[in-house]
Amino acid sequence: MMDDSRARGGLLLEIRGLKIEARTSEGAWNEIVHGVDLDLHRGEILGLIGESGAGKSTIGLAAMGFAREGCRIAGGSIRFDGTDLATASEAVKRHLRGARIAYVAQSAAAAFNPAHRLIDQYAEGPIRHGVKSKAEAYADAKALYARMQLPTPNEIGFRYPHQVSGGQLQRAMTAMAMACRPDLIIFDEPTTALDVTTQIEVLASIKDIVRQFQTAAIYITHDLAVVAQMADRIKVLQYGREVEEAPAATMMASPREAYTRSLWAVRHMEKPLAPPPALDPVLSVQHVTAAYGQGVTVLDDVSVDLHRGRTVAVVGESGSGKSTLARVIAGLLPPGQGHVLIDGGPLSPTLAGRTREDRQRIQMIYQMADTALNPRQKIRDIIGRPMQFYLGLDRAAVTAKVGEMLEMIELPKAFADRYPGELSGGQKQRIGIARALAAEPEVVICDEVTSALDQLVAEGILKLLMRLQAEMKLSYLFITHELATVKAIADDVVVMRHGKVVDSGTKADVLFPPRKDYTRTLLNSVPEMDTRWLDRLLAAR
Amino acid sequence: MTRALRRIAQIPPTALIGMAVVFTYAFVALFAHWIAPFGESQVVSSQYDPWGGAFLLGTDNIGRDMFSRLIYGARNTIGIALLITALSFTVGGLLGMFAAVRGGWVDTALSWLVDILMAIPQLIYALLLLTIFGTSVPVLVAVVALLDSTRVFRLARSVAMNVVVLDFVEAARLRGEGLWWIVRREVLPNVLPPLIAEFGVRFCFVFLFISALSFLGIGIQPPLADWGSMVRDNATLITFGDITPVLPGLAIAILTVAVNFIVDWVLAKASGARA
Repeated sequence: MMDDSRARGGLLLEIRGLKIEARTSEGAWNEIVHGVDLDLHRGEILGLIGESGAGKSTIGLAAMGFAREGCRIAGGSIRFDGTDLATASEAVKRHLRGARIAYVAQSAAAAFNPAHRLIDQYAEGPIRHGVKSKAEAYADAKALYARMQLPTPNEIGFRYPHQVSGGQLQRAMTAMAMACRPDLIIFDEPTTALDVTTQIEVLASIKDIVRQFQTAAIYITHDLAVVAQMADRIKVLQYGREVEEAPAATMMASPREAYTRSLWAVRHMEKPLAPPPALDPVLSVQHVTAAYGQGVTVLDDVSVDLHRGRTVAVVGESGSGKSTLARVIAGLLPPGQGHVLIDGGPLSPTLAGRTREDRQRIQMIYQMADTALNPRQKIRDIIGRPMQFYLGLDRAAVTAKVGEMLEMIELPKAFADRYPGELSGGQKQRIGIARALAAEPEVVICDEVTSALDQLVAEGILKLLMRLQAEMKLSYLFITHELATVKAIADDVVVMRHGKVVDSGTKADVLFPPRKDYTRTLLNSVPEMDTRWLDRLLAAR
Repeated sequence: MTRALRRIAQIPPTALIGMAVVFTYAFVALFAHWIAPFGESQVVSSQYDPWGGAFLLGTDNIGRDMFSRLIYGARNTIGIALLITALSFTVGGLLGMFAAVRGGWVDTALSWLVDILMAIPQLIYALLLLTIFGTSVPVLVAVVALLDSTRVFRLARSVAMNVVVLDFVEAARLRGEGLWWIVRREVLPNVLPPLIAEFGVRFCFVFLFISALSFLGIGIQPPLADWGSMVRDNATLITFGDITPVLPGLAIAILTVAVNFIVDWVLAKASGARA
């Protein structure tokens, strides 16, 4: 394997003054990328980072001379090895794409054709471009699958996409991008949808193979720690403009611009350690076992205590049963065995068996604010309904209180007359919080409430939740897969895996230092803001 | 006043044409007895008089004024078709959403029932029921509305199914909202656009269906004027190269196109701005 020193060749890609326009719903053209310059040398990896709407994916696609449906390249030049892709004909671009420029999409599951075997999809590019025969492509695929550390590399290609896991699929897609040995690969958030422990394997494979073939890459992500592992240089984007660009190590150590520093700061938010809790929990889940239908057990003897005014973070990877736990507490899934107690009294296992007061005491905030708010109701009705329903307030009182709530979640009062579609993602999530709190609950279940949000926006939401907790003595059951979020808000931590509780206790007990092996694996899998972290971790194996 | 004018200016011309046509039809239907020069079933001349003179479009097979009957036909056919469509949408739409929200055996039972009704061709079913219960207007309305509501049920249920799984419906259930609230406030506003589009299409189908039934002689009964039976009564004229029997059909076609112009516009408005 090559060492990490910059293996630079000549200039491969030179973008100058790139302008991209998007069509608005009225049909006018609106500029979304405002003159970006970009240089990429052979064998170099450039990290593009920024929040959603920064234009990173749009610029990444433009590097292939491609503009998404409803977008167009309005100005500037994209010189790829002497050809200007901004003005080149479709035939010229088609000849380059797949052969010399390849693309790896965020969701491999959605990008693979489910009706064809992996290896046939691999072979399609080389055969179409006349680089290899089918037999050569098959042999090459197996060699690359082995190099990507896929299990049983000689057979895995003959499976269909749904028969392999998400992490394996993402690696198979990277191998596919390599099929014609391109000069440039564009990675568009390839690990964003993966669990932390899977992410490491995929990152390691990508880094290894890109180095081996001296491929230049544009690596697009919103995760700073990930880009620190992958990139030689980092370019920060905001609202379609470049904020700054520097070698990765420099950028990590001393970001120049205020915006970049604010992105960096989010990673360091941490709630101070709280003393051990008192003895009487407000919500107590006792030895709960649950299954969907007659099938597999999703929860196996799970016990969790939530104490008044505190936050218990339930952390685990996908499939660990943490969301099912929330459904059991909410009454959506009656447990097979075990009880849920609130204030020491038992809660009915089914929703129908619970009184209005029971329901009022437990409220829920959802991961996807888009689907959690009815798009055809005004904000006033969304926040106002729980007050009317639980507290029996009349129209005037509801109006006054909705105004107060909006102020509390730091949104203008005028938002009461808007529809959810007119709000940004972070604002919608704030409305979700306001709806939960409008019921004046004791316990709030937060199900991955920041996972779908940009880091800066997520930080704002976490700070709001902490402030409201202090003001209203709320108790949070916080479900998440991000350990950074756990550190930021938790008092107590429950670690779950395969439906069982691995460890539970105060944050200090469980995490600092980790008591259980699995907790340590989880903690070690979270990329750190250090450009040599991944290499060190792999070397230590 | 200027604001209202500006708003009208924003409406696409096709929708404006559609509205103009529908208003004209509605006006004609409502004031038929003032507009029509002769009575609905009044025999005024010998049969099959040519166009022009006292009888603008000539007379029909028993000497009634064609133009007057065309005007009265608007009242009968449109009124009944509108009533049937509204009824089938109320019944089918509500049951469809109810089935989707309630789920479980209620959904299964209702869906079976609808499948059974849909398994037999609509026209044969209608012929059967109308022969059993007689061919009065209330029976006609009830039978056609029932048969048509199965299609609306299918659509409403499948669209509502996509809404019911969303988190805001779960949030309403968790809150403890009743079935009626969930159907009316959470689901209905989100399934309205496809239902509105379907309303326009189904209205036209119902219209044609009634005309077909009338043509077969078991729809709207004589001497009430209606466009379907008018085609049948005067069909012989076609063989002589006279286009008079086609006129009721043309009236149906124009209304169908006009209604769909309006529906397209409403749909674009409903789904575009606040999706």
